[in-house]
Amino acid sequence: MSIDKDTVNKIARLSRIAISDAEADKMVGELNGILAWVEQLGEVDVTGVEPMTAVIPNKLRLRDDVVTDGDVRDKVLANAPAKEGSFFGVPKVIE
Amino acid sequence: MSEYRIQGNTGEWEVVIGLEVHAQITSESKLFSGSSTGFGAEPNSHVSLVDAAMPGMLPVPNRECLRQAVRTGMAINAQINRWSRFDRKNYFYADLPQGYQISQLYHPIVGEGEIEVTLNEKDPDSPTKKIGIERIHVEQDAGKLMHDQHPTMSFVDLNRSGVALMEIVSRPDISSPQEAGAYLKKLRSILRYVGSCDGNMEQGSMRADVNVSVRKPGGELGTRTETKNVNSIRFMMQAIEYEAQRQVDLIESGGAVVQETRLFDPNKMETRSMRSKEDAHDYRYFPDPDLLPVELDDAFLEECRASLPELPDAKRARYEALGLTAYNAAVLTAEAETAFWFEDLLAEGVDAKQASNWLMSELFGALNKLGKTLDESPVNPKQAAELLGLVADGTISGSIAKQVFEIMLETGQGASAIVEEKGLKQTNDTGAIEAEIAKIMAANDDKVAEYRSGKDKLFGFFVGQTMKAMQGKANPQIINDLLKKALG
Amino acid sequence: MTDFSRLGVAAIRDGVANGEFKAVEVAEALNTRVAAAKALNAFIVETPEMAVAAAQAVDADRAAGKPLGKMAGVPIGMKDLFCTEGVQTTAASHMLEGFVPTYESTVSANLWKAGAGMLGKLNLDQFAMGSSNETSYFGNVISPWRRNDGGNAALAPGGSSGGSSSAIAARLCPAATGTDTGGSIRQPAAFVGISGIKPTYGRCSRWGVVAFASSLDQAGPMARDVRDCAIMLEAMAGFDPKDSTSLDLPVPAWEAALNSDLKGKRIGIPREYRLDGIDEDIAKMWDNGIAWLKDAGAEIVDISLPHTKYALPAYYIIAPAEASSNLARYDGVRFGLRDLPEGAGLQDMYAATRAAGFGEEVRRRIMIGTYVLSAGFYDAYYTQAQKVRALIARDFENAWASCDLILAPTAPSAAFGLGEKNADPLSMYLNDVFAVPASLAGLPAMSVPGGLDKQGLPMGLQIIGKALDEQAVLNAGLAIEQRSGFTAEAGEWW
Repeated sequence: MSIDKDTVNKIARLSRIAISDAEADKMVGELNGILAWVEQLGEVDVTGVEPMTAVIPNKLRLRDDVVTDGDVRDKVLANAPAKEGSFFGVPKVIE
Repeated sequence: MSEYRIQGNTGEWEVVIGLEVHAQITSESKLFSGSSTGFGAEPNSHVSLVDAAMPGMLPVPNRECLRQAVRTGMAINAQINRWSRFDRKNYFYADLPQGYQISQLYHPIVGEGEIEVTLNEKDPDSPTKKIGIERIHVEQDAGKLMHDQHPTMSFVDLNRSGVALMEIVSRPDISSPQEAGAYLKKLRSILRYVGSCDGNMEQGSMRADVNVSVRKPGGELGTRTETKNVNSIRFMMQAIEYEAQRQVDLIESGGAVVQETRLFDPNKMETRSMRSKEDAHDYRYFPDPDLLPVELDDAFLEECRASLPELPDAKRARYEALGLTAYNAAVLTAEAETAFWFEDLLAEGVDAKQASNWLMSELFGALNKLGKTLDESPVNPKQAAELLGLVADGTISGSIAKQVFEIMLETGQGASAIVEEKGLKQTNDTGAIEAEIAKIMAANDDKVAEYRSGKDKLFGFFVGQTMKAMQGKANPQIINDLLKKALG
Repeated sequence: MTDFSRLGVAAIRDGVANGEFKAVEVAEALNTRVAAAKALNAFIVETPEMAVAAAQAVDADRAAGKPLGKMAGVPIGMKDLFCTEGVQTTAASHMLEGFVPTYESTVSANLWKAGAGMLGKLNLDQFAMGSSNETSYFGNVISPWRRNDGGNAALAPGGSSGGSSSAIAARLCPAATGTDTGGSIRQPAAFVGISGIKPTYGRCSRWGVVAFASSLDQAGPMARDVRDCAIMLEAMAGFDPKDSTSLDLPVPAWEAALNSDLKGKRIGIPREYRLDGIDEDIAKMWDNGIAWLKDAGAEIVDISLPHTKYALPAYYIIAPAEASSNLARYDGVRFGLRDLPEGAGLQDMYAATRAAGFGEEVRRRIMIGTYVLSAGFYDAYYTQAQKVRALIARDFENAWASCDLILAPTAPSAAFGLGEKNADPLSMYLNDVFAVPASLAGLPAMSVPGGLDKQGLPMGLQIIGKALDEQAVLNAGLAIEQRSGFTAEAGEWW
């Protein structure tokens, strides 16, 4: 599978990364190089193999339903680029 | 169940509806963090560093949220998946701090189930229909955006971010707005019985995404639209009506339905397209590598099953067996609170029929007048049982009971105390009653004659007069007996 | 007077505990060395006052007769991927420039509890993506090593923990934290002639560590010898209920159980690692390693890890896929950089912020990850890669039937020059060929110095162990260390 510039632009949009025309051109070659290389995985016979779900055998632990956190508004907002009162501010969204 | 058809210019159309209901799971803390789920807090106060998706923060799942999803699945006889997994649904939005929602796509915790709905719950003869449930999965809620606080900015409040939701996905088995309404009501009732969601649609604890398409009867499925976040049963029904009609009009005028996300505007009673979001449908789901698969063991499932309450359908059948009418049984079981109130009365020793009649006429009537819900009732089941006990043992009559109940509502006093204080005990003194009867007959000899000549209806008049003379405190059965004897 | 820069973790800890010197003296001496080594660009932020404060606390505890922690009085460097409360944490990105966490990562908190102090935050490849420390927004880290050709070409300290490796090799600190996603502890350790261990996945909490690829990321210590690694790993590791993938197991007393007698141990030599055209010096070092382990009493067995070849491509699907999602939170809303062009809407703000905040390699990996997860490609790439990953893990499982440990080179070459591998991202990726399989399988793996190549540059030997058997890995590392006679040091040119 080889990707073209439109695809690169589409991926960039999905990734929310602004990309210039020149960058997109450069990226076409790079991504194709990498993708062509990873495609050798297709050679591997994976019949009957389940995709890996846990690296090391381990069981998911579940938490008790107790309030142990929150009430840290100052910490939550401490690094906000645009703090508006108790809120994070973002450019106006039209829904 | 119902033959709902839209009359178009080219003939009849049928509507195909599927619902995705988002129900907030009742829990103290969030799905993956220890922050409170409490409603109405100061902005961004019920937010942990995990909820705000600070760098390096990790999710730890809340057992109770999974437990409630499993119990809900059991309540609709669904397949419970012992092995499930959380996936990430990737998209960018200001109310989604992680840049992905932790949800379940590939392996939901609950699989296929079904819910039986009746178009008119209160009509025992109303036809029923089974609506298939495709799945229930558990996922995080998003935060909230406010658009009206600033001219050029929207404000982000993450209090809801990470609250646990169940998404209950129906099959497209629903074919009218009424069925959709009945389904949502029934689902809400089940959730409240199970205790897995408070079903409070006004506060957003329950909301529905409505998938609607139209087709010629029996024809191929049409393209569907999804109307998002409808937050009342009425709105949902209106949205379906509008959307189905819109699609019919569109197709008949030569257009085509576009698969898209729409919003319902309750003021204009119409749906409109949400600003189409590019790439919105490429969510790049993949298993969340911060979490391991969810594996439920026997003990967990046992506990879930054992803790399930009796559900509405079973309860209704049992109430009917207690001698209640189908109508009363349906009304009493429609909401968990009502059923629990009723059962509290039974537990206090009140007869089932007496309890059901009183609850449905007296209590509901009073609450209605006061504009209060059952939860806010000034009289609790124990107090009510005391009142009904006084009627049952003949201490007071039914009509006196009404007076006593009114005083109870006003003053909060106990029934016995009121009866004692106001001297409302009914009398069984036959001599006194006979004396009054004699006076009444003497004063109404014309009516006595009419009665005796066959005008039976007048019996009620004599009962009324006697009761009035006794200031309502005479035992009505004794009045009856004595009157019959006296009138011959 | 003691030259504190020559002391390792154990020596400082013991010297402080025995009263030979004060912790504050060590901290001050190393603060001075850090301040004088700006040319290496190993630190993004220096925190001399924190090193001193921690040392003072240890000295006070000792004076008061209180018990001292495992790392008491040891000043260390902290890779700038660990969130540190009140101290800027950047992951070497412009995106997080100026980000001051209001929380402390579990691993760093464990270290401070053990009595360690912080000299500063160490430079790294941006978001830990890189093998040469050339992707940092704060500039390249320079290795203290130079080739013996008389030239002074700047060499890569390896990556992503390049600040850590450079600082330890230059004796600015006795030890530092690293993180390893696909070799980011082992490869830089090999490049500068020090030791480093990536423990079993789940030993060290990931809570508070800026995530790169969650299913692979694992913290570990880097230091100048095996014992120091053992000490520091004990301090770092431990169950953390805040990390769902953390292992709920007690931390073994690795240091106390160090034993270089390998009698009864079988060492597997994977034939697939002997690549065609393998570097001659690397091959020779590997043979030496085999001889040393034999000398320590181990039995050498030939093993096969048939899917080795596919580890790197699988890694370059899985790691970018996870990263593309993990890095979605850097959106300019709640923390970090915001780039809001005039009149931009929310989605434009995201795109501008992320274009400005992420370096080229990070952007490239996010885009690869986004692509392999996108509609229609998920199964062909991601699912296939996770299946191959399962086969790679199975290869190791099968190997453990005939051996207890695996010996291989850490990297296919000694350090390369800065800029030498920048033209083609693939050639850089290939540097991790030996390191990645153990990462994919979550196994403990360590690099120890194995000798110098023709150019006079260090090379590393890698020991891979069974899950949870860090002890065997450390023991074999110690056996090599005792026999390799590796004492070479970089000249102090900076």
